[in-house]
Amino acid sequence: MPTANNTLRTTQIVQIRTESPTVKTFVLPDRLCCKAKPGQFLMLWIPGIDEIPLSIMDASNGLVSVSVKAVGDATRHLHAMAAGATVGVRGPYGNSFTESRGRVLLVGGGTGTAPLLFLAKLLASKTERLSFVEGAKTKDELLFVREIGGVCQEKNIITTTEDGTAGLQCLVTQPLASLLDKDRFDMIYTCGPEIMVKKIFEMTEKRKLPIEASLERLMRCGIGLCGSCVIGKYRVCRDGPVFNAAQLREMKDELGISKLGFDGSRIPI
Amino acid sequence: METNALSIGFAGLQLENPTMLASGVMGYSAESFHRIAKSGAGAVVTKSVGIQPRVGYVNPTVVQAAAGLINAMGLPNPGIDVFSEEIKFSKTILRVPLIVSVFGYSAEEYATVAKKAAEAGADAIELNVSCPHVKQTGAEIGQNPKILAEVVQQVKASINKPLIVKLSPNVADITVLAEAAVKAGADALTAVNTLKAIAIDAETMLPILANVKGGLSGAAVKPVALRCVYDIAEKFEVPIIGCGGVSNWRDAVEFFLAGASAVQIGTAVADDIEVFRSVTKGVENYLRKKHYRSVKEIVGLAHRK
Repeated sequence: MPTANNTLRTTQIVQIRTESPTVKTFVLPDRLCCKAKPGQFLMLWIPGIDEIPLSIMDASNGLVSVSVKAVGDATRHLHAMAAGATVGVRGPYGNSFTESRGRVLLVGGGTGTAPLLFLAKLLASKTERLSFVEGAKTKDELLFVREIGGVCQEKNIITTTEDGTAGLQCLVTQPLASLLDKDRFDMIYTCGPEIMVKKIFEMTEKRKLPIEASLERLMRCGIGLCGSCVIGKYRVCRDGPVFNAAQLREMKDELGISKLGFDGSRIPI
Repeated sequence: METNALSIGFAGLQLENPTMLASGVMGYSAESFHRIAKSGAGAVVTKSVGIQPRVGYVNPTVVQAAAGLINAMGLPNPGIDVFSEEIKFSKTILRVPLIVSVFGYSAEEYATVAKKAAEAGADAIELNVSCPHVKQTGAEIGQNPKILAEVVQQVKASINKPLIVKLSPNVADITVLAEAAVKAGADALTAVNTLKAIAIDAETMLPILANVKGGLSGAAVKPVALRCVYDIAEKFEVPIIGCGGVSNWRDAVEFFLAGASAVQIGTAVADDIEVFRSVTKGVENYLRKKHYRSVKEIVGLAHRK
């Protein structure tokens, strides 16, 4: 149930880890979000400042983790907080990635890697082969390199950076074409900037491959009411954030093209 | 049983069933209206639109209460000029009436926005004169019969479409406002908008909503809304749309018995977007079981002496 028994509750940050110069991971005790599945998100209240949607990067043993890039007022306030600080939580909300078997490929861009790492940990023991392609602007921003190495074999990991400071110097989409052509994959999961997601979707469509993509939109209520996060007929918060190929096809007029702004008007991405 | 047992007509509107999407919920885009209609709504009401774009408040804009939600969105909307395009687009794909909710800061503004919405193709206009958490609009107008009458008159004079006025429950006697609206030319009334509310967090000792104060909706407000409908129906012949905490057929039937010709559903969409279909089906079964041929026959039956 999206609303019943999911009131905002306060909790204290128990741990903060610095993942990159711009990304920190916050670990919180929460009785509901600790049971979240990969792909789900939570709403985090930064008291007196804002409330923002964050995709869940790990959940276990009564704790939930979110990895946050400092990009705006709310996230900068969050980054300035110390362990012990009080925040509010509601969720987990949204659907989750389906659990595929066989040969699985995960493609993450930037902080979009966080929910995919959560998924990779779940799938590691269940799949025949787990491949990970991760891209970032620069070496410092390549997230969870060690953690990904812990769940995927090294030969199944490709990293790319735009400035060439680590891995291949290219966009994350570049090595995908040959990878998808030379190998068979039973499922491709992706999360990252929408332009990237759109390109990857075009590649999987061309090859008739199944895909699940986690999307991001401006969110307010998180429970499917306010309409801020709609894409096509879907609400990213309630019908997503994970969408399959059939659903992505239905939103092709907006995917990577436009979204709703704070005033509800359609604005370019 | 007739197949049109659920169809209703009021104020010049024809609905295939008496459920409508309440204003404020998923109300920005044509695709959203279309989906709500496909989920069984007999009509849809847009988010409230004003003369200028508004970005609304920062989050938290919604907080859950014991049996409902408190919200203070701050009337985010793209402004009527941009929204007119969405109305036109909606009309090309929508098979149910599209009701455009309008707010303003003066009678002239209400009239201007309503006229543009009607020209863009709105099947009816609903006046939001009762938004309880935006200053200088709604609350003041919806609580003052003289100002309300002036707004309703000006809007009525500027459009050729049915005019619905959505009333505030945050008044001493809602029938005073109902009378003012009806005498000024309202074709129907929606009762009610959200109740004034606040949520405070014990741990941080802070109000939770960014706007501090908000409006309560959902199951918690149903008895209050039902009473408002009952009181209005007791005094006036005007068609009433019941709004407040409807999530199942029984809630809807209670509103019909109190005197509502239709119901609006908002908060319950969070639990199930198909709520319109389940309510309609349930009402249909109820009518059959009670041997009524039409939902119209049960409107106001709770007033029998």
